Amino acid sequence: MEKKVLLEVNNLKKYFFLSKKETLKAVDGVTFKVFKGETFGIVGESGCGKSTAGRTIMGLYDQTDGDVVFDGKNVHSLNKKEKFTLHQKIQMIFQDPYASLNPRSTVREIISEPMEVHGILPNKQERLERVYQLLEDVGLNRDHANRYPHEFSGGQRQRIGIARALALNPEFIIADEPISALDVSVQAQVVNLLKKLQREKGLTYLFIAHDLSMVKQISDRIGVMYLGNLVELTSSNQLYTNPLHPYTKALLSAIPIPDPDVEDQRERIILEGDLPSPINPPSGCVFRTRCPAAMDVCAEIKPEWQEIDKDHFVACHLYKKD
Amino acid sequence: MEKVLQVQDLHVSFKTYGGEVKAVRGVTFDLHKGETLAIVGESGCGKSVTSQSIMKLIPNPPGKITNGKILFKEKGLVQLTDKEMRKIRGADISMIFQDPMTALNPTLKVGDQITEGIIQHKNISRDEARKKAVEMLQLVGIPSPESRMKQYPHQFSGGMRQRIVIAMSLVCEPEVLIADEPTTALDVTIQAQILDLFRDIQKKTGVSIILITHDLGVVAQVADRIAVMYAGKIVETGNRREIFYKAQHPYTKGLLNSVPRLDVESGDLKPIDGSPPDLFSPPHGCAFAARCQYTMEVCEKVYPFETKLSDEHLVECWLQDERAKKMKVNIR
Repeated sequence: MEKKVLLEVNNLKKYFFLSKKETLKAVDGVTFKVFKGETFGIVGESGCGKSTAGRTIMGLYDQTDGDVVFDGKNVHSLNKKEKFTLHQKIQMIFQDPYASLNPRSTVREIISEPMEVHGILPNKQERLERVYQLLEDVGLNRDHANRYPHEFSGGQRQRIGIARALALNPEFIIADEPISALDVSVQAQVVNLLKKLQREKGLTYLFIAHDLSMVKQISDRIGVMYLGNLVELTSSNQLYTNPLHPYTKALLSAIPIPDPDVEDQRERIILEGDLPSPINPPSGCVFRTRCPAAMDVCAEIKPEWQEIDKDHFVACHLYKKD
Repeated sequence: MEKVLQVQDLHVSFKTYGGEVKAVRGVTFDLHKGETLAIVGESGCGKSVTSQSIMKLIPNPPGKITNGKILFKEKGLVQLTDKEMRKIRGADISMIFQDPMTALNPTLKVGDQITEGIIQHKNISRDEARKKAVEMLQLVGIPSPESRMKQYPHQFSGGMRQRIVIAMSLVCEPEVLIADEPTTALDVTIQAQILDLFRDIQKKTGVSIILITHDLGVVAQVADRIAVMYAGKIVETGNRREIFYKAQHPYTKGLLNSVPRLDVESGDLKPIDGSPPDLFSPPHGCAFAARCQYTMEVCEKVYPFETKLSDEHLVECWLQDERAKKMKVNIR
């Protein structure tokens, strides 16, 4: 079956110009596709540009170069009105459920606001019914509608944020670290809820997180970012069983597994040093300063983004396509 | 084995406008020489309050140790005055905090911050103290420590800052090190470096570590023994294998089931439904009863007794009672 491409990101760049001399290259040429109905995960450590990528795709930032094509339309060349309708189709869930909900609005107001803005369900009663329905969809109940955010726990607040994102019946949801502020047992609740909603509503997710084990749990395909660049992209199984890029390998080996026997036997690749600054990134391959397999060529030429195997992309000089 | 630290029936409460929050409600554990004891639990379970009580860092008011004993090598800490405690804090027992940026003073050079502790506790000259600080920075893996001593915290990365905090906490050769979520603010590749450092330091200095964390992966990697806390109580204690492979408390099992594993395909996660209880009015019986799938009538009324399953494995759950084992009904 041919999968339909919902989102296409081509060589996307987002630079922040800090001063005349300094440019922060937050996202420096990222290319990937997201198919309809799948979950595409982006993982990377803090400062790798994954959130900026998500926000640029959403249109919250203007891109510096490259384009984002959603459902056949270029996101960054739309006029105001087209952008407005686009935002019905793309919604976002934020990291911090404490900061992303207005403390002075009731849950009903928070969830019905997007519908009011977009003029969906102009009838007040119908809108209220829809709010009740959404609350039930995310595992809360209708009694919660008249309460304020501070009356809820972190997990419940994140559910409210999800209900708000669903209010406009979007096709595509960008979830930027939606669970990292939550406790372990609650994280699982929210991940299962996102999976359930995806099955029921046929949603497509872009799931951005730093926790690779959680991303693997929810994603069909995963892209690994390092310092503004995608270094590897493949299915989540393939990524775990056959990682190619040295950074992916190190990242996988750094993640502790909650099983003492496995832990005792694992061999660890411990990366030296820290993430370089994106203001003055290393020449050539950005990972070369910490890479255990760095060669001379890595400093000179930026490795090409190539499909080394079917649906397995990697940017590394160790691999050459024949 | 020699017990370096004993905590017995510790109760800590905080007075607030809304009433008294009973954050820690009877915690008992021992820390042996040279071991790593992990205290795991979700936020609000009282793990950090327990560690702060040991250091006597609970602000009073509103907080107060209402009952219990904390013994450091048989010496009671609870009734010590501030002045007496200051001699122990940092010298015999020291602490590492979660966020390395707020634990360091941004206006002082890191060298001065490290030597301050040595001069405070040991009767040595400033020069010797500096020498010791440089040695310490070397031990925690900071390159060119001499020149780094003269820099300010903002000139270091997150991982480097945490190394400095670790150097600071170890410089007086403490016997007990309390690490409260030491790697939570760090990236995984940096976390791996820091955990490696902990193991290395423990081997070299023989310090006993209390590691407070919510990350079961980290626990599996470094802990010798584990105490699982829920709603202000320790519900299960055991060595690493006992907790990971023979867990008896439904909360421990639930916690283990709710984390995804990188190495196995697990299908849907099995979360624990509901959320932890409100500690303004903690339940009379087992605090986990409301979320537990094996709840019996007794669970809601009476707090379960401690059952000893092995020398190290203790669990507080009514399912361990002989009468419960006969009953196989009512399991939802």
